[in-house]
Amino acid sequence: MSESQSNIKLQAVNLTKKFDRRVIFEAVNFELGRGSSIAITGRNGSGKSTLIKIIARLLAQSSGELDFFDGDRKLRTEQFYKYIGFVSPYLNLYDEFTGFENLKIISDIRSSGHGNIDNVLQRVGLYSRRNDLVKIYSSGMKQRLKIAFSILHDPDVLLLDEPTSNLDLEGVGVVDDIADEYRKNRILVIATNDAHEKSLCAGELNLNRDV
Amino acid sequence: MFKQALSICKKDFYSEIRTRYAVNALLMFIIVVISVIKFSLGEEKLSAEMNAGLIWIIIFFAASNGLSRVFVSEEERGTSLILKLSTDSKSVFLGKLIFNTVLTFAINFFIILLYVLITNLEIKNLALFSLTTALGNLGLSAVMTIIAAIISKASSKGTLYPVLSFPLLLPLMLASISATWLSIEGVAFAQIAGEIQMIASYTIVVVTASFLLFDLIWND
Repeated sequence: MSESQSNIKLQAVNLTKKFDRRVIFEAVNFELGRGSSIAITGRNGSGKSTLIKIIARLLAQSSGELDFFDGDRKLRTEQFYKYIGFVSPYLNLYDEFTGFENLKIISDIRSSGHGNIDNVLQRVGLYSRRNDLVKIYSSGMKQRLKIAFSILHDPDVLLLDEPTSNLDLEGVGVVDDIADEYRKNRILVIATNDAHEKSLCAGELNLNRDV
Repeated sequence: MFKQALSICKKDFYSEIRTRYAVNALLMFIIVVISVIKFSLGEEKLSAEMNAGLIWIIIFFAASNGLSRVFVSEEERGTSLILKLSTDSKSVFLGKLIFNTVLTFAINFFIILLYVLITNLEIKNLALFSLTTALGNLGLSAVMTIIAAIISKASSKGTLYPVLSFPLLLPLMLASISATWLSIEGVAFAQIAGEIQMIASYTIVVVTASFLLFDLIWND
């Protein structure tokens, strides 16, 4: 992975999410710059996955502001996807294609070229199984492919929701390596209740008490 | 945007080849419906107006069967997040619109070919008939694509699709049936210029409104 040259900053001010009238979390504030990492923790239903989806712009907040800056320049909302890598249990890749084809399709849609595909497949340990259909992958292999998808375009911000679920020890090691690089050079956010995943981040945002 | 849209269209095309989500259901539907029409009619000859109406009824219900899948399958399989994390909403809509338009043209060509062969329908102005059905197909795929995006978020997708699309498609269907009927009878272009203008204007308005609204639907 190349070292990022951009100076991305992520700023959340008074983020609140409600489903109908039920408040999931309110007045969440944080600011993350290059070399920052934060673990979002909290009991079941506290809104960890909801918050990470809001950061990824997959869900809209009920109120508050969430902005991305490149230096002093505020980025347009519709361009956020270029800067974000995302792994989540809700995310699924295309079962009818092989692992390699999935990443090739995604690279084509992103217009980012195919140069990094073999590299990320080797990194997550799926290179030897790259030509197998995803529908015959085990849940751990699917999780590895999701991780490959998240780092394929070399994003500045990596958002991981329970990233080591279904992974064996070697897979956990892959996540550790990637998380270590992002923690040092870019921005890393992990939504988790797992002690090991929490330890990958320097900071913690506990939705039970920090709201 | 166009390059990304073509990549999405290409992905849907290869996905359709491998899964045959839409094509198998559509082919079965078309063959069954046209066979039922043939058995019901026997040797009886229908008027041009009746033929035009029947052709567009088959086209409408075939479209209701197959065109929703571009968005519904992404939502049901949880792959819509991949697209949301990979490109902007306009590219997604354009890609899905291109795919649905190509699919609509293919199935409608098959419907008309089969209908003409089975009912021995004589089309007196083939050029005008082709223009009318081609423009109607464009409008149909535009409406069906944006409605597919809306209903993909709902729980009762199958029921909602024809119910929501029918009132929206009514002006297009009426103009298309009228233009198709007259082209079967062999009238000159000048006599159906009004219908052609209406279909073209309708399609432009729907495509423009869809591009403006799609971001709200997609990111809901």
